[in-house]
Amino acid sequence: MTNPKPHLVVIGNGMAGCRAVEEILARDAERYRVTIFGAEPRVNYNRIMLSPLLAGDKAFEDIVINDHAWYADNGIELVAGDPVVAIDRAGQTIAARSGRIERYDKLLLATGSDPFIIPVPGHDLHGVVTFRDMDDVGAMLRAASAGGDAVVIGGGLLGLEAAHGLYLRGMKVTVLHLMPTLMERQLDEAAGWLLKEELERRGQTILTGADTAEIFGQGKVEGVRLKDGREIAASLVVMAVGIRPNVKLARDAGLAIGRGVHVDDHLVTSDENILAVGECVEHQGQVYGLVAPLWEMCRSLADALVATPSGYGGSVTSTKLKVSGIDVFSAGDFSGGEGCEDIVMRDASRGIYKRVVVKGDRLIGTVLYGDTQDGAWYFDLLKKQEDVASIRDALIFGQAFASGGGASANPNAAVAAMPDDGEICGCNGVSKGKVVAAIQGGAGTLDAVRACTKASASCGSCTGLVEGLLAITLGDDYAGERAAPTVCKCTSFTHEDVRRLIIEKSLKAIPQVMQELHWTTPDGCSSCRPALNYYLLCAWPGEFVDDNQSRFVNERMHANIQKDGTYSVVPRMWGGVTNPKELRAIADVAEQYQARMVKVTGGQRLDIFGIRKEDLPAVWADLNAAGMVSGHAYAKALRTVKTCVGSEWCRFGTQDSTGLGIRIEQMTWGSFMPHKFKIAVSGCPRNCAEASIKDIGVICVDSGYELSIGGNGGIKLRGTDFLCKVATEQEALDHCAAFIQLYREEARYLDRTAPWVERVGIDYIRQRIVEDDIGREALRARFLYSQSFMQDDPWAKRAAGEDWKLHQHLAEIRPARAPVARSLEVA
Amino acid sequence: MEPEWLDIGPVDQLPALGARTLPVRGGREIAIFHTANGQVYALANQCPHKAGPLSQGIVHDTTVTCPLHNWRISLVTGEALGEDKGCVPVIPVKIDGGRILIGRAAALAGVQ
Ligand code: SRM
Ligand SMILES: Cc1cc2nc3c(=O)[nH]c(=O)nc-3n(C[C@H](O)[C@H](O)[C@H](O)COP(=O)(O)OP(=O)(O)OC[C@H]3O[C@@H](n4cnc5c(N)ncnc54)[C@H](O)[C@@H]3O)c2cc1C
Ligand code: SF4
Ligand code: FES
Repeated sequence: MTNPKPHLVVIGNGMAGCRAVEEILARDAERYRVTIFGAEPRVNYNRIMLSPLLAGDKAFEDIVINDHAWYADNGIELVAGDPVVAIDRAGQTIAARSGRIERYDKLLLATGSDPFIIPVPGHDLHGVVTFRDMDDVGAMLRAASAGGDAVVIGGGLLGLEAAHGLYLRGMKVTVLHLMPTLMERQLDEAAGWLLKEELERRGQTILTGADTAEIFGQGKVEGVRLKDGREIAASLVVMAVGIRPNVKLARDAGLAIGRGVHVDDHLVTSDENILAVGECVEHQGQVYGLVAPLWEMCRSLADALVATPSGYGGSVTSTKLKVSGIDVFSAGDFSGGEGCEDIVMRDASRGIYKRVVVKGDRLIGTVLYGDTQDGAWYFDLLKKQEDVASIRDALIFGQAFASGGGASANPNAAVAAMPDDGEICGCNGVSKGKVVAAIQGGAGTLDAVRACTKASASCGSCTGLVEGLLAITLGDDYAGERAAPTVCKCTSFTHEDVRRLIIEKSLKAIPQVMQELHWTTPDGCSSCRPALNYYLLCAWPGEFVDDNQSRFVNERMHANIQKDGTYSVVPRMWGGVTNPKELRAIADVAEQYQARMVKVTGGQRLDIFGIRKEDLPAVWADLNAAGMVSGHAYAKALRTVKTCVGSEWCRFGTQDSTGLGIRIEQMTWGSFMPHKFKIAVSGCPRNCAEASIKDIGVICVDSGYELSIGGNGGIKLRGTDFLCKVATEQEALDHCAAFIQLYREEARYLDRTAPWVERVGIDYIRQRIVEDDIGREALRARFLYSQSFMQDDPWAKRAAGEDWKLHQHLAEIRPARAPVARSLEVA
Repeated sequence: MEPEWLDIGPVDQLPALGARTLPVRGGREIAIFHTANGQVYALANQCPHKAGPLSQGIVHDTTVTCPLHNWRISLVTGEALGEDKGCVPVIPVKIDGGRILIGRAAALAGVQ
């Protein structure tokens, strides 16, 4: 039997291969005789629907795209379950596993991708599956029917959909994700965090920063062990860590490949008779893992093969997560950068986070969580490169609002456009009409509006709206207000607001604060991140996990950075007292690590200069061995307690000032504070320890201890204010603890005690610390409770290997011969 | 032919929202940054102001704030942002199969 038509052979009976054939048939059904080889023993189905299939929302019949009748009606021969194993380009034939040889005039590669399997020990155990085809889903369903625990490795789109399905099928699911936030390629930190919260609320366990070391079990999977030693039991492990274009046939046939099979704008490979389409191709350096680009490829391919060539120009993609009840959408580039502006809207009460990124007058990216209604509209603006200048201010409110004429150059337009019965303050149910009426009735300031309507008096998140209404209603008469500064440009909340709300709303993570308090940037800035980290640490001692990357370099490295990038190391010297053993250890360290200077500091201790970041852990180990701990000379924390020799030696000394200083330091070391904190204890009013310019100064007198606070010897000299006099050492210690806690709980981040005391007034401090005995005792107790978690030497942990990455180079480049390097070694 | 890209190790060796360094013998040290979105960038590890080690700064969005005097430097262009003027060399980076590749020519520029 001969057929005069040219023969088109398709390798791959998946989404792209069949769609390409459909596109060709639609243009010219008579042009080719078509044969499709498929490795899978079944007809063409919708692969993306495997997720709903797993979740039990669909059956296989529902997801079939082309049934047997379609192949028959179009004269297509389907060779299912017989993979192609070789291509002979010279002879223009392919060979299938069964031995069948087929000649082609045109060959189409549509082999898709292979799931990537991390080669950890145990990856080949029975019970480890991937998530790519019907057989995988079958394996998962069989495992799920026995119940038990499942671990999904990979918190991307695929992994989360697998986890959701298995969870609905009754398994106890743990998702392990290497990166700190879920779906980090599609979502920003804020949205990733919301997603994690929601999945956890539903009952899944999500471990981020989780690095798999091995899958263990006797013959079949019993669990997964992480690099940090944790073990998670599991009878099923799904690997969903990514995909690799399936290029094996193309590589063996000598076609040009990169990450995928190289194709031109007409989807032709380096061999003019061979085309390729779908996930297996690389076009202009891009490989795709979603279906939308492959539909576009298929159109261009058919155009070039049977009609007028149109040329494929690459695709812009968008992502949606198919987990019922969770709406997530992202598209384009939201990595920010030069010239980009973020417009962020957060509505904590409804769990919504929206972010659009605008560059010049074009929208270049968007991330939506909770409300994805406008996803398609944003995506359209993005793909068409529409000029959004005229609707910019209304963009974030969505299509209905922006095209409803609400947009104008006035940033208050959004409030202005709200109807009178629109709600301004959700907490107290205050409408726009009510607020405007109050303003017209004479409430000309934020406080006045708060007083007579209660709007913005609770959580404060509508403060911006109320200010907008003041501005609109009063026009030029309203100059703006808010004497207290906001934390930074990322928020309209003041430090005090943020601290109060962290407690009221029980906020326990930085992204949560940013979401609940409507931060206008996705991940904050170098001003607010350290502040929030401190506020959370102070509010939830023992619970909050410190965010090292939100700390200034010195606190992250536990040493002071110097102008040449080396560090200085200051061990604690309790009350300024040292001994031969400590001095010997310091001398040894200085010699061994070639410190360029050892200096006596103004804080009565020794500073070792010029240590390289790589050597810090070893230096600390040596100092630890001699009994010394971190002096926190780098931290917003207790620095030194300076003392004089006192009654032990001095002919004027009235009390044991050295001993008291040491005891105060032992009580207070390790505590983080809004700023650095210094204490001094002098043995008599001659004040050799300079107590009158410290955050707390203690001056011993015959009848007891005079306590004074709020001094500063730095940029702006300020003598301390007298607080009170106490009779015993214990009382002195108790008052110090209470005062420190008051400062920790109420000062703004980066306030030393001096400006803070000036702002709140010494009377207020006296009232809280001296007059209110019960309050003082409570403050002291909170301080000591917090200290029970803080007094843990950070140097010892580093010396033992914690965060070693911070101290070591990632790699090193050693050009073999400079300047023209012939070969390269990369260590 | 010289390879165009140098493999300098797996992405998971970078701390999230942080950076690590890469000394180049006879050349200038390189800082490799990791953003919240998991993107990776590389700059010469020297602030255009007074040569502060940018690798030790706070990373936020696609910016690093220099640890010495708080200049903000774009990870994308190497330019100082805001009022400050100056620029630090950018080294091209790409990720392939979870590994970090950096542009060879730019990495070795200045090697003597
Ligand atoms: C080492 C030392 C100077 C010395 O050789 O004596 C020193 C060195 C630095 N001081 Fe100081 N101060 C040192 C005692 C002081 C003192 C004296 C004291 O503590 O009795 C003061 C005035 C007292 C005070 O703080 O009220 C002092 C007031 C400052 C200030 C201004 C603070 C202010 O509130 O106005 C700064 C700047 C800042 O913190 O923002 C500062 C900042 C610094 C920094 C951290 C600058 C920096 O950011 O890099 C220096 C780094 C040192 C390093 O790398 O180790 N240093 N500094 C002293 C270390 C004491 C210690 O053992 O920990
Ligand atoms: C669970 C799941 C959910 C997804 N959800 C979405 C989503 O929501 N949105 C989205 O856009 N994308 C989604 N995707 C991705 C989408 O399914 C793929 O982008 C798409 O299927 C790629 O089409 P393709 O034809 O290139 O590859 P495939 O559909 O994988 O087809 C390739 C076919 O070629 C066969 N084959 C391979 N080698 C040979 C050989 N030598 N001989 C014969 N046959 C061979 C394979 O068996 C396979 O059937 C999802 C994927 C999965 C697995
Ligand atoms: S006085 Fe100035 S120069 Fe001297 S250590 Fe303090 S901060 Fe540095
Ligand atoms: S050296 Fe970077 S800001 Fe000064």
